Amino acid sequence: MRITTARRIAQIFFFALFAWLCLVATVGTRVWQWRGWPIRWFLELDPLVAVGTVLSTRSLYPVLSWALATVALTILLGRVFCGWVCPFGSMHHFVSWLAQRSLPLKRRIEANRYHRAQAIKYCLLAGLLAAAVLPVGRMMLASLQTGLLDPIPLVNRSFNLVVLSVADLAAGRWSGAGRYYSGAGLIGAIFLAAVLLNVAVPRFYCRFICPLGALLGVIGRGAPWGIGGQRTKCVECGVCDLNCAGACTPMGPIRASECLMCMNCLDDCPKGEQIAYGPRPAPAGEIASPGISRRDFVISIAAGLAAAPLARLGGATVGDWPAGMIRPPGAVAEEEFMARCVKCSECVRVCPTNVLQPAGFSWGWEALWTPALNNRIGTSGCQPNCIACGHACPTGAIRPLTLDEKLGRAGFEAAGPIRIGLAYVDRGRCLPWAMERPCIVCEETCPVSPKAIHLDDAEQTTREGKAVRLQRPVVDPARCTGCGVCEHECPMSGLPAIRVTSDNETRDRGHAVLLRHENQ
Amino acid sequence: MNPSAPGPEPVATRREFFRRGLRAGAAIAATGGLGAWLLDRHPPGDFGRTQGRDLRMDFGVRSAGPGMAIATGRDRPGMLRRALAALGGIERFIARGDRVMLKVNAAFATPALLGATTHPELLAELVRLCRAAGAASVVVTDNPINTPESCFELSGIGGAARSAGADLFIPRPGSFRAGTLPGGRLIRDWPVLDEPFAGVTKLIGVAPVKGHHRAGASMTIKNWYGLLGGRRNQFHQDIDGIIVELAMLVKPTLVVLDGTDSMMTNGPTGGSLADLKETNTLIVGTDPVATDAFGATLLGKTFRDLPYLVRAGELGLGATDFESLKPARVPAPAT
Repeated sequence: MRITTARRIAQIFFFALFAWLCLVATVGTRVWQWRGWPIRWFLELDPLVAVGTVLSTRSLYPVLSWALATVALTILLGRVFCGWVCPFGSMHHFVSWLAQRSLPLKRRIEANRYHRAQAIKYCLLAGLLAAAVLPVGRMMLASLQTGLLDPIPLVNRSFNLVVLSVADLAAGRWSGAGRYYSGAGLIGAIFLAAVLLNVAVPRFYCRFICPLGALLGVIGRGAPWGIGGQRTKCVECGVCDLNCAGACTPMGPIRASECLMCMNCLDDCPKGEQIAYGPRPAPAGEIASPGISRRDFVISIAAGLAAAPLARLGGATVGDWPAGMIRPPGAVAEEEFMARCVKCSECVRVCPTNVLQPAGFSWGWEALWTPALNNRIGTSGCQPNCIACGHACPTGAIRPLTLDEKLGRAGFEAAGPIRIGLAYVDRGRCLPWAMERPCIVCEETCPVSPKAIHLDDAEQTTREGKAVRLQRPVVDPARCTGCGVCEHECPMSGLPAIRVTSDNETRDRGHAVLLRHENQ
Repeated sequence: MNPSAPGPEPVATRREFFRRGLRAGAAIAATGGLGAWLLDRHPPGDFGRTQGRDLRMDFGVRSAGPGMAIATGRDRPGMLRRALAALGGIERFIARGDRVMLKVNAAFATPALLGATTHPELLAELVRLCRAAGAASVVVTDNPINTPESCFELSGIGGAARSAGADLFIPRPGSFRAGTLPGGRLIRDWPVLDEPFAGVTKLIGVAPVKGHHRAGASMTIKNWYGLLGGRRNQFHQDIDGIIVELAMLVKPTLVVLDGTDSMMTNGPTGGSLADLKETNTLIVGTDPVATDAFGATLLGKTFRDLPYLVRAGELGLGATDFESLKPARVPAPAT
C-alpha cells in the first residue's frame, strides 16, 4: 500500500471519528448518544489547548495530558497531526483537492509554492499565547483567546453548532432538544469562509492562519525523520509541488516547519528517488526557521500582551460585570474562566435543554463564543439534575460537578446548592401583580424544594367589579438557584415577567446578594 | 547511500541524525516531566476555600482600667484635653514609642461643618497629644463610602492629619486581608483592613454622634465598619448583627465620641446644617459600649432603643449602664 493511501485512510478514519464524536454528544443512553463516548477527545489531543491553559493557569488540566502524546509524536515525526489526524485539516485537504484537481498542472504547481505570508500563523500564535500569559491582578489577568482560531475548537464549534444543526433542523433527531444557537450565523460564516478559501489556495487555513499548525511546526521542525530532497539526479521539474499540502518546497531545501507530512511528493516525483522519507537533514538541506522576522515576532508579542488589559479596561471583570451573562453551573469565577475557556462549545453542544448558548458580542469581544444561558431559547432552563456541561468541558472552565455538589446535599449541605443567578419578578409585567389575572406558572414550575417562589395572597376587584383572588409570586433569594425554569415558563414570553440575572451566583463572592449564612 | 552522490557526507548526516534523535528524546522527556509537574491534581475553582486568620484586635491598656470622661462645651480640642486629663492624661494610654492608629469616620466627601465625618480640629488635637506623649508614629485611616481621596480631602481630615504630624493611609484594593472572627456569624472569611496595621500598638477610634436610619445610631462601634472591605453593603441586611460583631472584633485603646453637634435627622449622611443639633458634649472612654450608650442620650434615645447595644451588653462586651464606670464630668471652664 502506498503511503499516501495510508494517509488518506487515516484522514478518513479520524474525520469519521470526529464526526461520530460530535454526533453522539447528545445526552442519552442509546449507542449513538453520549453514554461513555470520549466526546472531547480531539480537544484533549490539541496541544494548543494544553499550552494555552498551562500558560494562563500555570497548571495542566488532567484530561489534557493527551496533548503530551501529540507533542511527542510531533517532536519525532513533525506535523503528522496536521496531515493525518486533524479533522479540520482533512476537510481543507478534501475541498482543496476537489477545487484544484481539474486546473492546469502549471497553476497547481504555482498554487503550492511557498509564500512568505505563511509566516502570519506564527505571528498569530505568538500574539494569542502572549495574551494568555499576563497574570497581574484582577484587571490584567490572562485572557485565553486561542480558541478563536485554534482549529480543533473552531471545527468542534462549527460542526456541532452549525453543520449538525442545519442537518438536523428539520428532523430534530440527533439532540434532546432544539438546536438553536444565538450567533450561529457568525460561527457558520467563518467556517464556510475557511473552507471555501481552499478554492483559491489549497489548505489556506493550515498554511496562513492555523495557530496550532504554527505550534506544531515550531515543535516538529527539528524532527529526526522527515521528507527531504536527495539531490541525486533531480531535474527540478517542480512536480513535487503539484499536490504539496503545506507549500513546503519538498525538492529542497525543505521548509521543515511547513511540511504537513502529506507524503504526496514521494508519490509525485517522476524520478521516484529524488525525494525520500528518512533521517534529516536530507542532502538537499532544509530551512528550519519558521520564516518570521524578529521584528514581526516582537510586534506580535506586544500586541498579544496588550490585548488582555485592553479587554479588561471596560471594567466588565470589576464593577460593570454583566448581570445578564449567566454562566453554567460549575463555571469558575470569571477571571479564571477567561483563563480557561477555549470556546470549543462542547458544553453548549451537550446541554440537553439548549439553554446553554455561545455568547455573541453583548458582553465584550473577550467573551465571544463562551457559554452563557439563554432561557428564552432553552426549552426549560438549567435542569437541576443535569451536570453534563462540566463533564464535557476539556479545560475546567466548568468544573465537573457531582449531582450532590450541584444540589447541595450528601456532604455539601454547608455550601448549599450551586447558584448560577437569581430570579426577580418584574411587577410591572407580571399578570397577577400588574394585570389582575391569576397565573403563578413560575411558582408551580419552580424545581427547588421547598420552592424558591412563594405566593402573596391578595383579593382585588377588577374593572368589571368582580372579586378576584390573586396569588402574586415573590422570590426567596436564599432558595433561588437561578435555574431559569420560571423565566422560560412565564407566559409573558416576549420579555418574561420573571427573569434571571447572575446576581448571587456562587462562583463569585463579590456577586453575592445575601449574607453568606443565609445562603447555606 | 551512494558515496558518489553530491551533497553533505553521509557521516555528517548520521551524526546529525543521532544529535537530533537525542534532542528529540530529551524534548519528549522534558515535555512529559513538565506535564507531570504541572498536572493539576486539585479541581479548579474550589468554592469552599476559607481563610481562618483570627481577625480579633486587642489594643486595650489593662493597667489603665476602665474609664470614661464626659466634657461639655463647644471647643473640641479643649474638651478633648479636659476629658483626657480627667482620665489621668493621655500618657496612661499612649507610651513613648507607640505606633498609634486613629480610625476616623471619613465616610463621606462632605465638609466638616455638616457633621457627617470626624471633625478635623478634634483629629489634629488628638494627633498632637499622641505625638506629645511620645508616639513614634500616628496613622489616620478609614475605608470610606465615597472615593477615599475626596473623602479625606473634602472633610478636612487629610489636611488636619498632615499638618498635625500624622500619616494618612488611603486604602487600596490590596490593603485588605481575609480572615474570620471566632464566634462570628457574619465576619467569616471576610476582607478586613490589614496593611496599615503593620506595627501598630495602639488604636483610637474617633467618631461623631449621628442618627442612622438603618441602625438607629452610628457612633464609636459602628465606626469600625470602616475597617471592613469587600461587598460590606450586604451586612445592612443584619445591621445589628454586624455591629455586635464589630464590638467583638475590636478592643480599642480609647474611643473619642464627638457630640459637639449631633446629627439628628437624615443620618448617617446628613447634608444640611438643619440636620444637626448642638449637643455640646465630647466623650472619651475605654469602653465603646458605655461610650455609645451615653452617646445615645444625645440623640434623645437610650441604649434600649439600639438593639446592638443591648446585645453587646448581654454578651459582656461592655457596660450599657455607663454610670457604672463612674464617668468624670468635666464642664467647660467659666470664661
